[in-house]
Amino acid sequence: MGMIEEVRQEPGQGAADQQGFFLTSVNTMVNWARTSSMWPMTFGLACCAVEMMHAGASRYDLDRFGIVFRGSPRQSDLMVVAGTLTNKMAPALRKLYDQMPEPRWVISMGACANGGGYYHYAYSVVRGCDKVVPVDIYIPGCPPTAEALLYGLIQLQRKIHRTNTLTTGWGGKIK
Amino acid sequence: MIETILDNLAGSLEKLMPEVDRSIGLDAVVLTVARDDLLTILKRLRDEPALDFKLMIDITAIHYPEAEKPLVAVYQFLSVKHNHRIRVKVPLSEGESVPSIIGLWRCANWYEREMYEMFGILVSDHPDLRRLLTEYDFEGHPLRKEFPVYGRFQVKYDEEQRRVVRKPTKLEVPFREIYGRDG
Repeated sequence: MGMIEEVRQEPGQGAADQQGFFLTSVNTMVNWARTSSMWPMTFGLACCAVEMMHAGASRYDLDRFGIVFRGSPRQSDLMVVAGTLTNKMAPALRKLYDQMPEPRWVISMGACANGGGYYHYAYSVVRGCDKVVPVDIYIPGCPPTAEALLYGLIQLQRKIHRTNTLTTGWGGKIK
Repeated sequence: MIETILDNLAGSLEKLMPEVDRSIGLDAVVLTVARDDLLTILKRLRDEPALDFKLMIDITAIHYPEAEKPLVAVYQFLSVKHNHRIRVKVPLSEGESVPSIIGLWRCANWYEREMYEMFGILVSDHPDLRRLLTEYDFEGHPLRKEFPVYGRFQVKYDEEQRRVVRKPTKLEVPFREIYGRDG
């Protein structure tokens, strides 16, 4: 958490160690809290879900980023759309997104979720899940590796760190 | 090996049901039967000890838009005991129904729903003839030749209505005939 580290230096070298406090901005604090416990809703739709499981399992271990998969949209901050979104699934996906508490983010994982991918010209597939939910991070690949998903999640953390929560609300998305 | 098996099966069929139209296609014996004879013939295929087709493998169909009977329902069966496979075809006119075989093989239920969904072949006496895979208000039968592969409708979220709505298909990337004749 480099940003906290920087702010901590502000009052003087080692202030936190000597005087038992440190200063930071509310923004940094809020963003730090948000990025340190992004709970994704499991939305595995196809083979990308297997790569998402790899990322969650012991080798890449998403738990160490505070990323814990939840089975309920009401407890989630993040939705990882992992796989082919079909027309039949689209209303259900939107309903679950609407049930997530704000602030919420969406990662589109893999070619199918990004733009239909292999099924772009199919009659039953949504040509990109951004037609149904607003997407923050697109991860390319078919399927993306677990590393790629991890990189995407870290990119999302960086994106959240850039938002100025107090002045613009939640990334400017709250109307 | 395959020739012996086919000869074996053809011999049994010649003895038991010589009246049924029989041919060989793609390493399998193909029976072509009329819609009204389907159930009796399938029951004999299943119950005659020399045939013993206990396993229903698949039900599908083919669409020949030019033909007099444009739709052909295709049934595949396997005899585990004799290591025989057989294919039964039923040519159908437009709008003609095919009898349900759920009474003979219970597992045929969803296959018949799928056949109805993809080709629009009605199945008489089916207990629950709904669509299987596509959304329940889907229009058309996707595996018919006249159906556009990219579909007639696509879905998107409508900000004003706050729900997912259906719109006529508008391709942002122009359609490419990937496996077309001119490559």
